[in-house]
Amino acid sequence: MTIQLFAQRFLFSAFLLAFSALGHAEGQVHIYNWNDYFAEDTLSGFQARTGIRPVLDVYDANEILEAKLLAGASGYDLIFPTAHPFASRHLQAGLYQPLDKTKLPGLDKLDPAIMTSLAGMDPGNAHLVPYMWGTSGLGLNPDKVKAALGEDAPMDTWALIFDPEKAAKLAGCGISLLDDPTEVFSAALAYLGKDPNSLAPADLDAAAELIKAAHPHVRYFHSSQYISDLANGSLCVAHGYSGDVLQARERADEADKGVKVVYRIPREGAALWTDVMAIPKDAPNPEAAHALIAYLLDPKVIAAVSDYVYYANPNLAATPLIEAELREDPEIYPPAEVRARLFVPSERSERELRTLNRLWTRLKANR
Amino acid sequence: MSHRHSHRLSRLLNIGLPYFWLGLFFLLPFVMVLRISLAEPTLAQPPYTALWEWVEQGVLQIRLNLANFQLLREDDIYLAALLNSLWVALVGTVCCLLLGYPMAYAIATAPERRRILLLMLIILPFWTSFLIRVYAWIGLLNANGLLNTFLLWLGVIDEPLKILHTQMAVYIGVVYSYLPFMILPLYANLTRLDPTLLEAAADLGCRPFRAFLRVTLPLSMPGIVAGSMLVFIPVVGEFVIPDLLGSPGSLMIGKLMWTEFFANKDWPLASALAIVLLAVLVVPFVLMQRLQQDDEGTRT
Repeated sequence: MTIQLFAQRFLFSAFLLAFSALGHAEGQVHIYNWNDYFAEDTLSGFQARTGIRPVLDVYDANEILEAKLLAGASGYDLIFPTAHPFASRHLQAGLYQPLDKTKLPGLDKLDPAIMTSLAGMDPGNAHLVPYMWGTSGLGLNPDKVKAALGEDAPMDTWALIFDPEKAAKLAGCGISLLDDPTEVFSAALAYLGKDPNSLAPADLDAAAELIKAAHPHVRYFHSSQYISDLANGSLCVAHGYSGDVLQARERADEADKGVKVVYRIPREGAALWTDVMAIPKDAPNPEAAHALIAYLLDPKVIAAVSDYVYYANPNLAATPLIEAELREDPEIYPPAEVRARLFVPSERSERELRTLNRLWTRLKANR
Repeated sequence: MSHRHSHRLSRLLNIGLPYFWLGLFFLLPFVMVLRISLAEPTLAQPPYTALWEWVEQGVLQIRLNLANFQLLREDDIYLAALLNSLWVALVGTVCCLLLGYPMAYAIATAPERRRILLLMLIILPFWTSFLIRVYAWIGLLNANGLLNTFLLWLGVIDEPLKILHTQMAVYIGVVYSYLPFMILPLYANLTRLDPTLLEAAADLGCRPFRAFLRVTLPLSMPGIVAGSMLVFIPVVGEFVIPDLLGSPGSLMIGKLMWTEFFANKDWPLASALAIVLLAVLVVPFVLMQRLQQDDEGTRT
């Protein structure tokens, strides 16, 4: 970088700083969000409304976001971590700044049930605003599952993965699991009828045995590859996130090659997760971050995002604005009796987490 | 006087610059990694403890945590991953050498004008991102990818070959990605060989193949060593290729490091792994260097 350029940039950022100190939400906002997690016109609409230029970077795993946050000076103004266990951990480490709620008039429209559950880790909802929520269940190719298991085979069960007899028959058309020990262990524990958050050694051993037995039938462990593989028909059972599976369904419909994809919440129970918005403590432009949160609290804006990403949002005023097809889909907005079967992943200590992760590495390597 | 002075200054610069470079870009980062490897993980920014702190007036408390290295020794998964990584790197290097040597030789002996074209062809893939080139192999090796579709169409096979997500795919990715690093130093070496030596061998009645074995091959040894190092060392720590193309069970040290760093947020253990990996790689490198020096010593 030449001296002039450096000086220019220095002056420019000093100028920006001075400006934001004056209380103007001008300039740029640096956003770090999951891939495909805004509608196509979300950010351009934000710029048109506020004059702030959005700069978007994307990640596909909470771990990547976390590593940047922990290293410090990430340079991002607004991030979208999953509430449990990530955002809660970041709160403990003091990585977020409290919200100025006077700048967020839309907060009162958010689902009180979700706000109450978030208040458990974020007292008074001082730091986090929920963005989207969904479940981790089964993405299926119903035709191939029926061909392998018979016409009246049940679809809404973890047995498709953890019952060795069924899994052996499905291995040919392809089974994939999320590359995430917390997700897979809680699914295995739910199938066994145990507390999905259990850390009791006997329960973990039983779950590990179950996963080991399933391992030979699993094609791969991956957290995003299954989207395209479900869509092109090279998988028949995928452990995946609700919206991702529904995106696969959309792609399969677009390709129109006769591949059908459905999403099912297993009857034994499934994980319910919430992604939240938070402002890092060292955000360069928290004013602009507040402006973006306020924009995303607009029911029309967030309804358009849900229409695009196939995830439910916590904004009650937005629900009637969402496409009926989505709003009435029991797999996206599950009815009360299904929601009762969902569980929220619980907090784990760092040590427990490392033990689980190392056990996971061992399981995947078949050792 | 002033002339001698400037001479001394330039000598100091000549010797000092490389050391300064090494110190800044090798020693300093190494010390930083070593420091983290002796800390303990903690939930903070940054996620590891300080090695020393002033507890009271004049008392400096130093805490060195050796548990990371102990864990690496006790848990056999790290050794298994290291051995597997070394094995993959060895196989990859040998394949690159067997493929790359004839190619480098052919380029070096080609007519001047065609040489530039051939070299361009070797370098051309670098114009595309490494990541994208590895991703492209997924499309090629997939069950309904280009290779399988083609073979099925030909009728050579009845059902798709399972190559993607196997060890085979890792080798393919490694050889494809690192072949130029073998060819280029070999080529540089082979073009500098004196062709009159081969003429002399022929005049003295040596058959071409024997002349190759006794003249060209020994003289190209520095090129072979340089190429092998350039392939072997990065492949040992390779992460992208086994992650994208390998089987879920393929244990590589790079993947373990990823898990420790990202999933476990255990920077100290990841650093300890990096230190061990460096030690494992430096030893053969130093030995090789020594061997080469001895070799040059006997020749002069």
